[in-house]
Amino acid sequence: MSGPRRRAGAGRAGRYLALLLMLVVMVGPVAWQFATSLRGRTENVYAGLLPQRPTFDNYLRVAESFPLPQYVGNTLVVAALSVTSNAVCAAMGGYALSRTGWRGRTAVFTVLVASLMFPFESVMVSMFLIVRGMGLVDTLVGVWLPGAVSVLNLMIMRAAFLAVPQEIEEAAVLDGAGEWTRFTRIFLPGAKGALAVVCITSFMGAWDDFLWPLLVLTGSEHHTLQLGLKTLAGTTTVTDQRIVAAGAMTALLPMVLLFLALQRYFFKGVGEGAVKT
Amino acid sequence: MTGAGEVSGAGEVSGARRATGARRAPAPPAPAPPAAGRAPRHRPWWTPYLFLAPGLVTVTLFSLWPFVNTVVLSLTDARILRGGHFVGLANYTRALADDDFWAATANSVLYLVVVVPALVLLPLALAVLVQAKVPGIGLFRSAFYTPVIASAVVVGLIWQWVLRSDGLVNTVLQRLRVISEPVPFLTDSRLLLCSAMLVTVWKGLGYYMVFYLAALANVPASLYEAAALDGAGAARRFFSVTVPQVKPMMLLVGTLSAVSALRVFTEIYILGGESGGPGGGARTLPFLIRQVGLGFAGETGYAAAISVLLFLLTLVFSLLGRRLSKGDDA
Repeated sequence: MSGPRRRAGAGRAGRYLALLLMLVVMVGPVAWQFATSLRGRTENVYAGLLPQRPTFDNYLRVAESFPLPQYVGNTLVVAALSVTSNAVCAAMGGYALSRTGWRGRTAVFTVLVASLMFPFESVMVSMFLIVRGMGLVDTLVGVWLPGAVSVLNLMIMRAAFLAVPQEIEEAAVLDGAGEWTRFTRIFLPGAKGALAVVCITSFMGAWDDFLWPLLVLTGSEHHTLQLGLKTLAGTTTVTDQRIVAAGAMTALLPMVLLFLALQRYFFKGVGEGAVKT
Repeated sequence: MTGAGEVSGAGEVSGARRATGARRAPAPPAPAPPAAGRAPRHRPWWTPYLFLAPGLVTVTLFSLWPFVNTVVLSLTDARILRGGHFVGLANYTRALADDDFWAATANSVLYLVVVVPALVLLPLALAVLVQAKVPGIGLFRSAFYTPVIASAVVVGLIWQWVLRSDGLVNTVLQRLRVISEPVPFLTDSRLLLCSAMLVTVWKGLGYYMVFYLAALANVPASLYEAAALDGAGAARRFFSVTVPQVKPMMLLVGTLSAVSALRVFTEIYILGGESGGPGGGARTLPFLIRQVGLGFAGETGYAAAISVLLFLLTLVFSLLGRRLSKGDDA
């Protein structure tokens, strides 16, 4: 008996070894940057893994290279708009898509799915012209509007509503509940998890996006955080690595905290729109 | 904008998952049957449209119309500050004779050719690694997902300081006297492109790992038991049970990562700067579209033609993926 058991033990040790190796690869660069962001001005960035005298000095210095609080504020405005519009409109639209027996349903569904074929990059020039035509260049509304309701979110909500048991709906119909009542009292409570996924992905999208804000925000007044960070990039300009690290961590740490708090929704979001479509 | 690619991703997911689901699971909760047999709703015909209005308006205005407009623009000599006249296919013939266009296309396709196999295979290995129910595995799964929640800009900044000529890798290699001169990871066009690929793969590992975890969870345990009874070792079980069972997911991941490889922009912008590496040598197609089409001298007509060509390239790989998965089902 000791043979197979020893082999299983060796297998487990090997697995942990591989896991630790991957941990170094996946988290190592991030952890190193985090440590760097906490190092003092004179401390060598390669001096060991942990900063000797941790300081938040660098985070204050980031605010000297660009108006950090203002850019964070701009980002939060876009994120708030995006989360609200996506939650409300995707829930309502997803509900309509999940109901059968209305004229044009197939056509609408086809149109929505077809819109998924166009990569953003292949329509971005036209999108810019449209947003410019609306007078929204260099505004936060212009950053938000094209992503106000994403088709992905519509599909996620549709899938969630499809999973609500029919009997409950039919009982509500017999009780004389109207469409709106059924939507708010029966379907929405049954799709809370999916709604959370929609909110999180919308927030993450608004927080992390770069290319579209780069096109729309021509002046620097309305820059989002990610745009502000690009001033820290550059291969030729000599910038202090500690400041760059602190800037990167300012953008990353809120997402990490959100992720740690709401992990299961993050993972669900990857497959949700999918599984039950 | 989360970007259409991720969105299109979801569409692809639904297709392939439906296919795999139908084969494997007894019967997924079928979408409600048509109206027949259901309680009458007394719903005015326009109610669903009222519910869908914001979504339909957004999709029409910022996806369908821009696409139509892009095709129309591509046939004109429009510039950013003035409308254009119809010029037929002149923009397309210009693109086909344009060295910058071919260089960007070559970069985009090379990106795809390198990144897609890596993102099909490595996340699968990672998923198999974290699939085991051993203590602390949840911690590893979460840790491997960290690069996914980081923005492309953050990831770019982090890797910039790993790969710079005075960065981590070069410093360590020089101290170990492996190299005497720093390797120009970010200042040589070819190496810059490779560095960006590395960053893309690193950032994508955790994302596609989650796809594979979902697929692996659907593989019936009895298959492994049967294989183990037949005396198959771990490697044998992987290749004769796991791989065939997750093959539809591999095709899906291949399609998704191919489409997103053609969309690469930010990694190169952050790592190599606004011009896209020295002399723009690491520019990808989205990079070229932005440079040609926007700015004060923006040639929107020409940029639109390149956009249409990028779309066609994306379409080819999407259809290829779909074709392969259909063939797989048959």
